[in-house]
Amino acid sequence: MQILIYGTINSVALALFALGFAMVYGVSRLPNFAHGALYVLSGFITWTLINSLGLNYLISIVLAMIATGIIGALIYQFVLIRIRGMEISEIMASYAMGLAILEGLRWGGFKGMTYTLPAFIEGSTSIAGVSVDYQRLLVVGIGAAVVALLWLFTRYTRIGLALRGMAQDERAAMMLGIDSDLMAVVAMGFGSMLAALAAICLLPLGNIVVEAGYNVLILAIAVCIVGGLGSWVGAVLSAFLIGFAQILTVVYLGAHFQMVVALLAIILTLILKPSGLFGRQKELEERV
Amino acid sequence: MIKDQRRKERIDRGIKVRSDGIYAMMSWRELTYLVIPRLVLIIGMLILPLVLPGMYWQRVITITCIYALLAISFDFLAHFVGLVCLGGAFFVGTGGYLTAILNTSLGLPPLLTIPLATLLGASLCTLLLLPCLPLRGVFFAIVSLMYPLFAMRVIEALDILGGTDGIIGIDSFANRWVEQYMVIGITLLFLFGVRRLVNMDIGLVFRGVKDNDQAIRASGMNITIFKAIAVFIAAAMGCMSGACLVHIYMWSGISQFALDFSILPIAATVIGGGGTLVGPLIGCLILVPISELLRDFGTLRIVFYSLILVGFIVFRSEGVMVYGQRKYHQFERWTRI
Repeated sequence: MQILIYGTINSVALALFALGFAMVYGVSRLPNFAHGALYVLSGFITWTLINSLGLNYLISIVLAMIATGIIGALIYQFVLIRIRGMEISEIMASYAMGLAILEGLRWGGFKGMTYTLPAFIEGSTSIAGVSVDYQRLLVVGIGAAVVALLWLFTRYTRIGLALRGMAQDERAAMMLGIDSDLMAVVAMGFGSMLAALAAICLLPLGNIVVEAGYNVLILAIAVCIVGGLGSWVGAVLSAFLIGFAQILTVVYLGAHFQMVVALLAIILTLILKPSGLFGRQKELEERV
Repeated sequence: MIKDQRRKERIDRGIKVRSDGIYAMMSWRELTYLVIPRLVLIIGMLILPLVLPGMYWQRVITITCIYALLAISFDFLAHFVGLVCLGGAFFVGTGGYLTAILNTSLGLPPLLTIPLATLLGASLCTLLLLPCLPLRGVFFAIVSLMYPLFAMRVIEALDILGGTDGIIGIDSFANRWVEQYMVIGITLLFLFGVRRLVNMDIGLVFRGVKDNDQAIRASGMNITIFKAIAVFIAAAMGCMSGACLVHIYMWSGISQFALDFSILPIAATVIGGGGTLVGPLIGCLILVPISELLRDFGTLRIVFYSLILVGFIVFRSEGVMVYGQRKYHQFERWTRI
């Protein structure tokens, strides 16, 4: 029972990490290696807004999400758009941007155990004899809500449909009058906002540390690769796969192996079936 | 219609054209034109330890050469074989740990451990990377980035090979001159060796693998075998730099799988100019001393060189060396169209 509950929570957390990454990759084929950095950055923005400016928690959450979204969009507009389509340059440039943000935060004095965000609701309850705090339950709720909203957004709004069109066939989308550069910027903005949302839901469970950025990046990549790069359904499903696998290894092997599972999942998936469980890449694009 | 349009025209210098063929041997002028850039590099590298003040900066030069070896191996794999390997740290770590084990458990001297660790490590890395070799482009880049992280976490989790403390008590080189000139010599040897290699027949096949692997396949050659050979060569360079590093620091630990060893060589390659093989060395000669000068600023130096890297990738992707070569071989003039 414990495995079931905590596995679900862990899976939803992974899905939250990965959705932003999957969205950016799906729309603009950009492996956004700055994803983890944006995650940590939004945590620190929220912390600063609350503690230095003394704003209301809810307002600072909204502001932090918007700010992170804008930062993501700006990074794309001014840096990454120039190397669009050159995959390796994209990886290196976005990774270097992420590194610059993370190490800049570390240099700026954000390190150690002193930075925590307050939980939305304190306290805990018990489900079937397992005690779970409200924040974790809220994470599951928000995760489900985000997935549902994304589904509605990409099917019933103009921007959402445009993004989906881009993801399916960029040239056809351009012929229908969708501005592909603009949409890529928008996707990066939304992806960054999703990273911020994940940060705000999950950071109250622990401290805000710079190292989390690297782990979140690896987990997001793991989920997206196992699910198939660019497939949103695959991302959600593989989040559950990896989430439960992680909890099972923690229970039966030890907490040290949590990251090993994610890395092993990446390596094995890439070796056995690079397009992942739900990917639609053509065979020749990925391997000889 | 705009009438007075101009464009920049680049024309090879006469001496470059004359010294292209074997006839360059006929005249001292053309010979000098060819030899001087190479001699400047070789002699410059050889006298660098003599002119630098103090042991600290001599150590910096040694570290620079170690990074340069890694950068050359990255450049070779990325621009001549088409495998972008973001996991240079995996080679360093493998070479380093093998050296440490050979030295502490078997008691072999550095002169034996370095070649042994190079060969064993390169074979090990090639074997471990073998399943990923059919992957292309971004997939290989991601999977190779994961290898060093995976190795790091496994060592941490299983608490093997000294766990987080690493292996200590490794012999150092006989004295610092041996250390310096050995590392510099190895770097120059590999630099010119790889330059030669990519111009041989096998180099042609490597480039074919990069540009059009289906053509290589159609010629009845096995792509994976050639990729494996290339990875073996690159891994040998990486493992050798790891082996030297371990003997210099007399310590081997999981920080040898750290991202520094993957990122800095790539940054150096981008800055120096990819595809030239000398470029990475020059990039390291620029980057490593700068990062040493900035050591006081702590992690700000990582910010600094990340931003340099982004700037070069986005705005000047050709790099210093390609620019220099162009200026040396060609002159430019404006022509009216």
